[in-house]
Amino acid sequence: MLKLPIYLDHNSTTPMDPRVLEAMIPYFTENFGNAASRNHSFGWHAEEAVDYAREQIAQLIGADPKEIIFTSGATEGNNLGIKGVYEMYASKGNHIITCTTEHKAVLDTCKHLEKLGAEVTYLEVQPDGLIDLKALEAAMRPTTILVAIMYANNEIGVIQPVKEISAIAKKHGALYFSDAVQAVGKIPVDVIADGIDIMSFTAHKMYGPKGVGALYVRRKNPRVKVTAQIDGGGHERGMRSGTLNVPGIVGFGKAAEIARLDMAGDTERISKLRDKLENALKVIDETYVNGNPAHRLPHVSNISFKYVEGEGLMMGFNKDIALSSGSACTSASLEPSYVLKALGLGDDLAHSSLRFGLGRYTTEEQIDYTITAVTDTVLKLREMSPLWEMFKEGIDIDAIQWAHH
Amino acid sequence: MAYSDKVIDHYSNPKNVGTLDKASNTVGTGLVGAPECGDVMRLQIQVDNATGIITDAKFKTFGCGSAIASSSLATEWLKGKSVDEAVKIDNMDLVEELNLPPVKIHCSVLAEDAIKAAINDYRSKNGLEQLVFEERIH
Repeated sequence: MLKLPIYLDHNSTTPMDPRVLEAMIPYFTENFGNAASRNHSFGWHAEEAVDYAREQIAQLIGADPKEIIFTSGATEGNNLGIKGVYEMYASKGNHIITCTTEHKAVLDTCKHLEKLGAEVTYLEVQPDGLIDLKALEAAMRPTTILVAIMYANNEIGVIQPVKEISAIAKKHGALYFSDAVQAVGKIPVDVIADGIDIMSFTAHKMYGPKGVGALYVRRKNPRVKVTAQIDGGGHERGMRSGTLNVPGIVGFGKAAEIARLDMAGDTERISKLRDKLENALKVIDETYVNGNPAHRLPHVSNISFKYVEGEGLMMGFNKDIALSSGSACTSASLEPSYVLKALGLGDDLAHSSLRFGLGRYTTEEQIDYTITAVTDTVLKLREMSPLWEMFKEGIDIDAIQWAHH
Repeated sequence: MAYSDKVIDHYSNPKNVGTLDKASNTVGTGLVGAPECGDVMRLQIQVDNATGIITDAKFKTFGCGSAIASSSLATEWLKGKSVDEAVKIDNMDLVEELNLPPVKIHCSVLAEDAIKAAINDYRSKNGLEQLVFEERIH
């Protein structure tokens, strides 16, 4: 029996794996010690648990445990990584390169640094969502200290060419920072092979708890340092003060271990379901898949259903199916997704998009239900859409002089 | 965002979806909004030339649930009214009836604009002068 509602918003957050919860529970009650308490067994137990989690997490990304700095999540990691480099390497330069489809936690951090004197280049992306490596090469300057390009995009799931990006950064003596929150735990990420110097990621996107994340900071070739953004007791090698969230970290470690062991199987199963969903929805006329299909996370599909509006579309089934739209009818600005617009999509297609994010517990039955519900709603709303009627009559909608609000 | 029951009802069972003959001089058509803004509303009225009564109204809307509900409700209200009465339909009446939250008030404004545009289209087809409405900031 199909249980409703169906959750298809795994890029937003994931449910916690029961195995993760089980691992965490003792660290709330019996083993509640402060990992920084060096003088008694409560502290030792906590520290031991943190060290173990650090190993589990390091193993997932091919790092040394000493290179893992615990944070409260990826937003903090992005802030610490970018601001920390800007401050630490101020004597080398003030230029940062990023791209227009980054998460707000990266873009707004860069904007903040601009006010403090940083020069930031925002690279545009190609229509498939990938950055142009030649444009990156051309943007590099002697004063470039950091290239901040995400591993995989949160809205369309495209995976950037990180190996090539890191090679260009290295060639010009800049560090490479990657917001890998959507990639870690979903696809193989190896900081050595990928040439990443600093990388942020978080537990709650990989079936772990909310409120805990990590920043990978390379210790060798080159040895990277970031200036702390939170001052205090000097935890985490002085880069991030604050009592460690021991139960959260234990859960993060367990989630990382499960991700590493289950990744191949999960990916095979989930990508098949994603492809089934996408192929079935592509049958509908005037439907467009956003983002490069060959370089994409296995569990994401972002589709524009032309001539129907995304929020109106979701209303047809959001009692039963949870997902996201690129439309922003509720926001004060009425601006659709800046990521989709950065691909060069017209506002109409951006307003017409849905993001499907599948996950570990998504079933074929749920996908079948979703295919039917979305198809039915698109067809129903098109019957109600004046734009669809005009399209069918051969009227060029772009040629109409619309009264803009 | 949670929708009111009335919005959900109009969205699920919209009233008067359809198309009238826009070439007829007894039909007035209002097309307002823009695809880039995520809302396009087309509202049509069929007027009995002898009595000035709106005998039928149809809509098609590209937009969110509140935009669809606003236009569906507007067509319900238009039917049976005289053109002169129809001009007086105020967007805040739609807001109240549908319990629209502040972020959705623009949907009701669009519906009011569509009614006025349809009436002016009907008037111009029948040699009547255009009614002038106050410019509003959406």
